[in-house]
Order: sequence, then C-alpha cells, then structure tokens
Amino acid sequence: MFPYLSHTPEERNELMKRIGIQSVDELFSDIPESLRLKERLNLSHPYSEMEIIKICKDLSKMNGTSEDYACFLGAGYYDHYVPAVVDHMLLRSEFYTAYTPYQAEMSQGYLQAIFEFQTMISELTGMDVSNASMYDGATATAEAGLMAINAKRKRNTVLISKTVHPEAREVVKTYFEKAELNLLEIEMKDGMTDLKDLESKLTEDIAAVICQYPNFFGIIEDLKMVADKAHENDSLMVINADPISLGMLKDPASLGADIVVGEGQSLGNSLNFGGPSFGFMATKQKLVRQMPGRIVGQTTDHDGNRGYVLTLQTREQHIRRQRATSNICSNQALNALAALIYLSLMGKKGLRQVAESSFKKAHYFAEQINQISGFTVRFADPFFKEFVVESVYNIEEILKTMVDHKILGGYPLGKDYPELAKCFLVAVTEKRSKEEMDQFIKVLEGIAK
Amino acid sequence: MREGKKLIFEMSTSGRVGFSLPEEDFTGIEIDTKLPDNFLRKDEPNLPEVSEVDVVRHFTALSNRNFGVDSGFYPLGSCTMKYNPKVNEDVSRYPGFALSHPYQPEELVQGNLKLLYDMEKMLAELTGMDRVTLQPAAGAHGELTGLMMIKAYHEHNGDHDRKEVIIPDSAHGTNPASASMIGYKIIEIPSGDNGLVDLEALKKVVNEKTAALMLTNPNTLGLFETEILEMAEIVHEAGGLLYYDGANANAIMGKARPGDMGFDVLHLNIHKTLATPHGGGGPGSGPVGIKAKLIPFMPLPVIEKVDGEDRFIMDYDRLESIGKVKGCYGNFTVIIKAFAYILAMGAEGLRQASEDAVLNANYLKEILKEYYELPFDQVCKHEFVLSGSKQKKMGVSTLDIAKRLIDYRYHPPTIYFPLIVKEAMMIEPTETEGKETLDAFAETMIRIAKEIEENPETVTNAPLNTVVGRLDEVTAARKPILRWKSEN
Repeated sequence: MFPYLSHTPEERNELMKRIGIQSVDELFSDIPESLRLKERLNLSHPYSEMEIIKICKDLSKMNGTSEDYACFLGAGYYDHYVPAVVDHMLLRSEFYTAYTPYQAEMSQGYLQAIFEFQTMISELTGMDVSNASMYDGATATAEAGLMAINAKRKRNTVLISKTVHPEAREVVKTYFEKAELNLLEIEMKDGMTDLKDLESKLTEDIAAVICQYPNFFGIIEDLKMVADKAHENDSLMVINADPISLGMLKDPASLGADIVVGEGQSLGNSLNFGGPSFGFMATKQKLVRQMPGRIVGQTTDHDGNRGYVLTLQTREQHIRRQRATSNICSNQALNALAALIYLSLMGKKGLRQVAESSFKKAHYFAEQINQISGFTVRFADPFFKEFVVESVYNIEEILKTMVDHKILGGYPLGKDYPELAKCFLVAVTEKRSKEEMDQFIKVLEGIAK
Repeated sequence: MREGKKLIFEMSTSGRVGFSLPEEDFTGIEIDTKLPDNFLRKDEPNLPEVSEVDVVRHFTALSNRNFGVDSGFYPLGSCTMKYNPKVNEDVSRYPGFALSHPYQPEELVQGNLKLLYDMEKMLAELTGMDRVTLQPAAGAHGELTGLMMIKAYHEHNGDHDRKEVIIPDSAHGTNPASASMIGYKIIEIPSGDNGLVDLEALKKVVNEKTAALMLTNPNTLGLFETEILEMAEIVHEAGGLLYYDGANANAIMGKARPGDMGFDVLHLNIHKTLATPHGGGGPGSGPVGIKAKLIPFMPLPVIEKVDGEDRFIMDYDRLESIGKVKGCYGNFTVIIKAFAYILAMGAEGLRQASEDAVLNANYLKEILKEYYELPFDQVCKHEFVLSGSKQKKMGVSTLDIAKRLIDYRYHPPTIYFPLIVKEAMMIEPTETEGKETLDAFAETMIRIAKEIEENPETVTNAPLNTVVGRLDEVTAARKPILRWKSEN
C-alpha cells in the first residue's frame, strides 16, 4: 500500500512475535494516555505517484521562470549557465543519499570532493583555507562577523557598508542583535563605501569591516583602501565576493581580506527561488581555528595511502558544545559539490570567459540603455556585470511593462534605498543574447515615446 | 581493494577544456578601456584543465568511493536515514520551481508561495503548532531561529533577566551551541538512572532566570520522556518556554504531537523525518513551529493568503519580527521534496511509518541485547543505544566494531553518542527497511561479537575491504593539509 515501506502485515506480526507483543500500540504505551492521538491527522489521504506529479506540475506552472522570461534580474542570484554534466553527477545517489562523511573509509569520494572544493575556493579567493560550505551568502556574512569578534576578543562591534546586499545586512543585523553585539552601517557615497564615514567610525571597538565585491550595485570598489584603513585600526577585513567575478577581477586576498565569504549559487546551481544554494568562507591560516563549519584535511592510512577526513573538529558543536565556534552542523554539501563540478568543467579559461562575457555584455547593454532619453546609467565607477539605471519614469511600471514583454527587467532599488527610488538594478550574464537586449531596449524606447 | 584516486588537479592537461560557450558578438567592447589594469587579476586561479569526459569519469569514480542509503542499510542513529523517494527529486527540478528567481514579482511566483503556504499548514497539523516558518536551512539553524524568537518574546515582556537555557546532558551538541550563539548561559542537567530527565534535578535549576528548556523527545537514547507534562508545568510556571528538538520526530508522527505536550517552539529536520536526502551533509531544512504567542516574532517574510482570494503574498510588514535569518525564503526545493513525501504518505502513511520505525528498532534491540550491553532495557522508540563496554573489556572498541561493519557493507550506527553511555552505538533502522535487511544486519552484528571473542584482530584491524585503511585523524588535525598544492 505504501511503496516507501517494506513490511507486509504478516511480517509485522513476525516482528511483534519476536518482541513479545500483541499489538504495536504496546510500543507506544510509554506515551502518556492523554497525549496519544486518538484522531487521524487532518492531512490528505495518500496520493499515488501520478497524482503527485500532476499536483506539483500544476503548481510549478503557476510560476513564471527564467526559462520563459529573459532574466535581467540579479541582485545576488544570477542566471548563469549550468552545464548538463552538473546535474547528471549530482544525481549519483552515492552522493546525494549519503549523510555527512563521518565514517571516512566509506566516504572517501565525498571527502575528496570537499577537499577539491576547498582548494578551488582557496584558489578563487587567494586565501589559505576554505571550509566545506555555509547555508548561503547572507548567513556566511553573519558568521564572518561573529568569527571576527571571536578573533578580536575585546572588540564587540562590526562595521558593514551600506553597499552590501540588503538581505545580507538584514541577516547580520538579526544575528548581532540577538547576540547582543553591535553592528554599525557605513554610509555610501556615489554608490560606494564612504571612506570618510568609515574613518570616523573606525574606533578601537571595531573587530571587522564588511564590504562587498563587486558591491550590491555591481560597482568594483577599491577595497584595498578600505582594508588598509581597517588594518591600521587592527580590525579584520571581511569581503563578500561574487565568485564568478573572481575569474577576471583581482582576488580578495590581494586586496587585504582576512575573511572572504560569498553566495555560491552562480557556480553551477539553479536559482531555486533562492535556495538551496551555498555560502562559502575562506580565511588565512592563522584564523583557521576560529572558522565555523566543517573542514576536510588530507592524511594517510597505516600503509601510507593518501586519504581524507573531517578535521579540526574541536572547533565544532558535536565536540565543543557551547564553546564551539558556531552551531552549524548540516551545511549545503550537495550545492558545494555542484560548484566543484562546475568549476572542474569551466577550468581557469572557462571561468574567465564567463566573467568576461558577462562583463562585455553588461557594458554593451549599459551603453545602449544610456542612449535612450529618460534613462541613464547612474554611477560612473567601473562595474562588473550589474549596473544601476535611473529613470524619469515610474520604476514599478517600467518593470511591469517588461513582464508583459516576457522580460524580468531588474531589481527595483527604492525599497532598500529610498534615495534610489528612481532606480533599478540590471544584471547581465553570459546567457543574455543580443536579441533579448534589443527587445529590452525596444520596451524602454516604447516607454520613452 | 586499496586503490588511490587522483585529484582533479592532478588530471589537468594544459589546453584541455570541459565547456562550450556561444561565439561572442560584442567585439566593440574592450575590457581594458572599461577597467583600470590594476583591477584585473594577473595570476589566474589554478583551476584544472580537463575535458568533459574527464569530469564525468572523475565524479563517477568518486561516487563509487562513497556510500548512500541507496547503496545499503544506514542505521545511523538520530539521523533517520530512510529511503529518499525518487519522484521527489524529479518534481523539485521542474523548471517552474528550479528556474524561478527569488526576486520575481509575486504574481510570477504564486505556485511557489502556494506550495509554501500549504506546507506550513501541513507541518502545523503534524506537530500541533499554530504557525511554522520554513526559512531555516537546517536543524541547527532552526534551533537558532527558535531561540531568537524565544529571546524576543521574553524581551517583549520586559523579562530581560532570563539568560539561562536548560539542556539535558543527553542533548545534541547543537542545542548548547545554538543557545550560546545568542548569549544564553547553558545549564546542563544530568539524566536520571532511567535515562530520562530527573524532575527533581529540573526543579532545582528552573527559576526566574530560565528562558527555556530544550528537549529532544523521544530523547537521544530513543526513550520517550514520560513526565513531559510535569516538566512543561514546572517550566511554564516559572515563566520559561519549552523548545522541542525535532531530530527524533520520526518516532511519533500521527501518534503524538509536541504541540500537545506543552512545547512552545520546535524545529523539524525535514531531511530526516520527511525523507529528503541528506546530500552528503546538506542541504537540509529546519522549519520552526510556534504557538500563537510567538507569532509576532516570526522571521521575515511570512507567507500569507489574501482574504477571499486565491492569492498569496510575502508579508514583510511585521514590526516585532526578529528580522531575516537567511537570504530569500529557506531551502525551497528541499521543502518541495518533503511536500511530495507528505502527499505520498498521507495521514495514514505517516502514522504507519512511525509505527514501523518503532517496530523495527524494538525488533533489532531485542535480538542484539543478547550480544551487546543494553543500558536501558525497556521499550524504545525509533532508535536504541547499545554499549560496547563488554567488548571493550576484550580490547575491542566501539570504533573497531563500526569499522568492521564497513567491511560487511553496512554504514555503522552513530558512535560515542549520546555522551552519557560508554562506548555508545546508537542504532536507528527507520521504517523503510524490511525484515531481511534487519535480520542480515543483526546476523552481522552477532558475527562481529563472535569475532571479538575468537579473533579480535580482524575487528581491530578493520576495515580491510575499503579503498583506504583506517585513517590517521590525529596527524590530520596536528599538521593540517586543507587544500591541494602542486608540491603536495
């Protein structure tokens, strides 16, 4: 009757006989009588597989998707191409139906994969070590802030730039408020971190400064200057980076980062309505014992064969309990595996091509939009694959008109930045074609008429 | 059996590619005219250069060096390694779900919102809670979120001195770690001789400083906390709240509900109880259920149905909310899989699943207690804990037994947890396993018990049939090698 269960009624009887009971209810006799449910739960009857497919298909069809709409919507989650190989490998059930690799000898496949993942994240960011993943970019940023406070014992405040993703800032704020730690925002100027405001706030309480690279508006800030100022104050520099951009942009380590985090979705993961994706975190050797999350290390067996194990576990909750660096246990291993497969396929050349293609298309597109009357590209500084468009027309209506033309036109900035109420954020990945951009332009021209 | 495996970096050949991209038509744009040279990276990241077939062979080979529920029996206690239905993988990948952007206008994600809304209702019914947030990404994240709501609740009531969270010594490590992340002091209470919370010990520590009691029920010994109602009364009377760690909820679906037991906040691990795959360590999902008095503090956004319409919205306009705990709205496609699982099982099936899970655990317990010490010899729920102390006296540890099980192609039980049992082996068969599987596992455990008496070296030298032998974890931690370098 239930394909996911095994026992026939006769087998249940055999088991009960071996246990020495007449009815399975006897096994629940330790639950106080008043708590035992007498009624059936008010849930549906069991559905067949065919019916489940129909229900889910119908729900999925109520959505528009980046497949039906040309997706110029980004804001941290990007419609980059995911090669076919990625999902074929993820569907190897030895990976996806496994638990955390606690038993190393029968989990060498996953442990080696995580070791390779850590290596790639270290390479991309330029940092010494990476962990095995965090929940997402926003929580990774919050954990980086907490890690900085642990590393700088007597300091209880973190500065975060207003040019960091609004949701990441919100999550850091939640974590910090409830941990009774201080979080201050650094004002922005011309779409970038305001260095004067930063200087005025860099006191001896500041454990770390958090910035984003490229920032939420797509702008490539000169974070070396921010990092230098942070370091002069003996504070740590935390950089939240777009991993695709690291295929062509200077790595965060050379900008002076002490901790690098980021949203990993772009690397081989579908948009998934924002989750699951994964967060990454990398740091310097000297901070590794403050880092949260699982870490895999290389070792040998008694015959000298190379192998991999979970290591440095005394940082973690199952050993250290309330003195752990974090409570994180389950992470986003399968999404990190997707990133590893993606980066293996792309290699150094492919990742650079994706980054450069997105960059070139975004710049071509920005120039085209800038020529339409009533529309201007807002900030002058160099950007990567995303840029801010300001318009004299109502932003909500522009984006609505776009939807009518099967375009996801971008992210309206007014709700997060009241001063940018006349602006929206446009993202261009390597997937956007010239035809799609032409169509976008045509819609804008229609509005401008 | 022993065989090495190259790292993907060691397979690299300069000039090889594993990707294809369309020909570009944006030749007018030169990067160096748009970007100062010092913005560009000079040293390329050392990613491998391999072909598509290299990648496929490499990851297929890695998968063959791994073991999942589909590979065989996986009685890893507290982890509920039940079968992961395949149709759930399919439906979660439908383009309408997987290719939807989190910031699409609400009109274009009504299917997603309806699914989340319906799922919330189903989980509320399953657990007996008033509302549920689906945002937390994992069980520990759920704990943190739930405790944040508890903290907000007390603060809202002007109860600023409630700084203590009481946790039994049998609890998962995440409980104290989550509570201490938001500044709570942990008060640990010892379990009584019967493995349950000792009411007298609890009374001694509950007072006006108590923010909450965190409890797993059934507990990590697989035993139901029979005095739960009394505990709830003690904690509530003192103004504290009750938190339910749902790691063991697979024992009680359709049989009893935490909401009826007096719990105010709970999390479920849907990657355990509701059959979504663990993914080798994640992604999970840790929805948090709450009683009405905590609704104002739910994390943002809350999914609501518009009155009188078949339309759903994301409500961000909630002044007393704890705020956001994760980007976007949780591990959405994991939630789809659990949604499909509940549809497949229905109310009857979930109840049957818990009954079979408990039946299977008691069956194995009865057989194995003749060969291994059973510290708490009574009815268990979905799991039970054996002690390897008898074997330890013969010079064979629980770790050795676990490694020997690997030779027989079983994933070992959870070992050395809970901490209150010496040489612990925590066995959770789950409901999806049939009698032949249980019998074969029991026979293997018995065979190992005999090996220990007759030929202990075969056990202490295990595993023998794996791609590597027992690995040196001490050196790994003392001299950490955490990434590949060309000179390694």
